[in-house]
Amino acid sequence: MSEQSLLFGLGAFLFCAGLFIVFTKKNAIMILLGIELMLNAANINLIVFNKLNPANYDGQFFALFVIVIAVCEAAVGIAIVLKAYHFYRTSVPDQISDLKEKN
Amino acid sequence: MSQGHFFLYLFTLTAFLSVMKMLFTRTILYAALSLIVCLISIAGIYALLYAEFLAITQIVIYAGGVLVLILFGIMLTNRISGKPLSLESNHLVVGLIVSVGIFFVLVTSYSKTSIKAFENIPPQGNHISEVGIQLMSTYVIPFEIAGVLLLVCLIGASLMASSFKKNDNV
Repeated sequence: MSEQSLLFGLGAFLFCAGLFIVFTKKNAIMILLGIELMLNAANINLIVFNKLNPANYDGQFFALFVIVIAVCEAAVGIAIVLKAYHFYRTSVPDQISDLKEKN
Repeated sequence: MSQGHFFLYLFTLTAFLSVMKMLFTRTILYAALSLIVCLISIAGIYALLYAEFLAITQIVIYAGGVLVLILFGIMLTNRISGKPLSLESNHLVVGLIVSVGIFFVLVTSYSKTSIKAFENIPPQGNHISEVGIQLMSTYVIPFEIAGVLLLVCLIGASLMASSFKKNDNV
């Protein structure tokens, strides 16, 4: 297996593992971890495609800005989870069901 | 097998194993710690692909910043109720079908596309200083916008996470 297909396979695997975590885990912090994993999979692909054209650094800069966005997302996400935890005493999004119809 | 090739396989293996640990662990703290292992392995892959600036950024920001923030979040959301965080899963079948399906779509679309193979040679000249120069010339507008975004996020996150008493009944 060449290096390239190995890295593409790793990127696809990380993306799907992150998607699986976001889909199945109940805890909000675990969902944030899954989102970080998916963003990292995208970054791996950006770096590998940047190697196809090593004269410029477009992929590296794109990955750098993706990291910045991921930091912002994690900070705001943790703040929202903490605030919701103080209000509802739970960090499981399924149990926060105020707007749901009572039956 | 060259030495760089060997380390590439090694880092890929550690990333794979730590993600598997993350999928199957029952403790959310272990999941966060294995995510740190995975991110450091990805930083090693970046360094082997001659993206050293990005590798250092990955270690400093992700393993040093984001994961410490998430560990704080885990410990703070453990505090009031005292019971351990639930790490149960639901929608297992749907999640498995969707993620495995997308994985096969990605792998088959990659194997059907003919992308020319890259050769992993070091770039010409001093490429780290070239990254710095381009960040301040070609990419200066995204750089500034990212700075403003980080400031807005800092203010917004600290405002949201701070617990004023009068804001508690909002």
